[in-house]
Amino acid sequence: MPIKPEDVTWVKEPQYGLLDAMYLPAIAEGLRTTVQHLFKPDTITQQYPEEKPDLPLNYRGVHRLNRDDQGRVKCVACFLCATACPARCIEIVGDKAPWPDRDKYPTKFVIDELKCIYCGMCEEACPVDAIELTSIYDLVGYSRQEMLFDREKLLSVYDLTVNSGKDPIRTHSTPLGPASQIATTLFPAGGSASVADPVGPLGPPSQPELPHHERTP
Amino acid sequence: MNWIHAAVAIVVVLGGVLTLCMYLIWIERKVSARIQDRIGPNRVGPFGLLQSVADGIKFVLKEDVIPATADKALFVIAPTISVFTTMLAFSVVPFGPPPSQPGGFPFAIAANLDIGILFVFAVTSLAVYGVILGGWSSNNKYSALGSLRSSAQVVSYEIPLGLSVLGVGLLAGSFNLETVIAGQAVGFFHWNIWFQPLAWLIFFASGLAESNRLPFDLPECEQELVGGYHTEYSALKFAMFFLAEYTHVITTSFLTVIMFFGGWHFPWIAEPESVYTGATVVKVLVLLAKVGGIITFIMVIRWTIPRFRFDQLMALTWKVFIPLSLANLLGMMIVKQYDLSLWWMLPFSAALVVVTTGVSLWMTRGVPENVAAQWRGRLT
Repeated sequence: MPIKPEDVTWVKEPQYGLLDAMYLPAIAEGLRTTVQHLFKPDTITQQYPEEKPDLPLNYRGVHRLNRDDQGRVKCVACFLCATACPARCIEIVGDKAPWPDRDKYPTKFVIDELKCIYCGMCEEACPVDAIELTSIYDLVGYSRQEMLFDREKLLSVYDLTVNSGKDPIRTHSTPLGPASQIATTLFPAGGSASVADPVGPLGPPSQPELPHHERTP
Repeated sequence: MNWIHAAVAIVVVLGGVLTLCMYLIWIERKVSARIQDRIGPNRVGPFGLLQSVADGIKFVLKEDVIPATADKALFVIAPTISVFTTMLAFSVVPFGPPPSQPGGFPFAIAANLDIGILFVFAVTSLAVYGVILGGWSSNNKYSALGSLRSSAQVVSYEIPLGLSVLGVGLLAGSFNLETVIAGQAVGFFHWNIWFQPLAWLIFFASGLAESNRLPFDLPECEQELVGGYHTEYSALKFAMFFLAEYTHVITTSFLTVIMFFGGWHFPWIAEPESVYTGATVVKVLVLLAKVGGIITFIMVIRWTIPRFRFDQLMALTWKVFIPLSLANLLGMMIVKQYDLSLWWMLPFSAALVVVTTGVSLWMTRGVPENVAAQWRGRLT
């Protein structure tokens, strides 16, 4: 679509006058600016190790594995995060859960923090909100081996961050999150062997406190 | 006792200049940071004051690389030429008042040299050999380009630099730096800046060019030439080039203060006849304060005016500075010859600037602006 002539504003080149040609007023003008900044700089530098940055709530840092209400690992070893992971940094070994409310649980859950690109896809994929990214950004280690975070380490990250105020648990809907809810509603006749009664001992499912993704069931 | 005075002066000058250079780097970094809304060095010591010490240690401990293809002898000699000549130039610069009684401390290594100003310019223009040889012997295209620019620069700014100083020499009737100060130390309105403002402007701009400072730091513009003539230099040799540059800035500032801003003179507190206790110290401090002011001004200028292209620099110096300084010198001669009031020089200098600008505008009437700007030697 061509530009209409009435939309075009023609700007006349400024006339090169005597003062401009003299060059000195322009220098004085520039000096005014620099001297102003010399005496009154608008410094916004953050003195990092002393001053910590104020991160947004959706910052994507080191992962954690959430615990459920009884302190057990929430993960049901469904491999959705490992499948979603574009960097393929999640290694899961699942086994039959020793608890009656779920089928499987991870015996091994290792995230290679060096391979991870911190995209947050695992967090999106997780049906039970077991894996979440925290606001920890200053991750260091002495060896590559040290940066392979296993299940216990990831659970300890949860313990470390859960009360920090920056990383609230994003959903409390059911003991195992919304996905387990779907299972019980779709297959009420014992489709899920573990939870027969969707209301369960913890009462009816509540709305998520901090809904962070729109999920289509 | 002359040689003792000279020895003391040498120690004071060498120590003073070296320490000053160290802290000038700190001040420059702080000033630059503030102008750019940053904080600047603040980690090493209080307010980063020990940063220069850390830098110095780093310079000493770094590996001293000499490129395999470099001309080794010249490569080693070049930085020493730079430092030596700039330091030598400082030997005639008085950094305090003349002795109140005969036999007192003269506050200069070679006090009362009658060709003082000439000596300074003769020696400091040798410093450019350091730059040219350093760039050429590195056997690196960027370095060679840097020294090429330096040569182009030196043939441009040296002439207006010398011509602008001649006016001051006429005013004082001498090239002796002490006499030049004494001529101004009569009163605030006897400072040469009132009679030679145009000469100051030209001298200052040329001085910036001579000390390779922005807006004339063509031989070492990082964006175009990597590092310019000192691309291949590392460790102490690089530090020497750096030292030479800062010594140059100090010398230029001292000369500016001595020739145009009354030297150690300041109304009421530092008059030639003030003989209260510590008057000498006050005079030295006044001089140093003025020099500090000029140095700070040079640093602020660095972030105010963008760098000239070297054809622009040559056009500016050849087409603008040389005619202007010649006219200024002519005016000074007329004033001296016919015993007119020196105050005529102030309107004369202003008129000179306005008329030159007017003429250059008039001559380029009808010419496309970009072509005209080129003719006038101004930024397009």
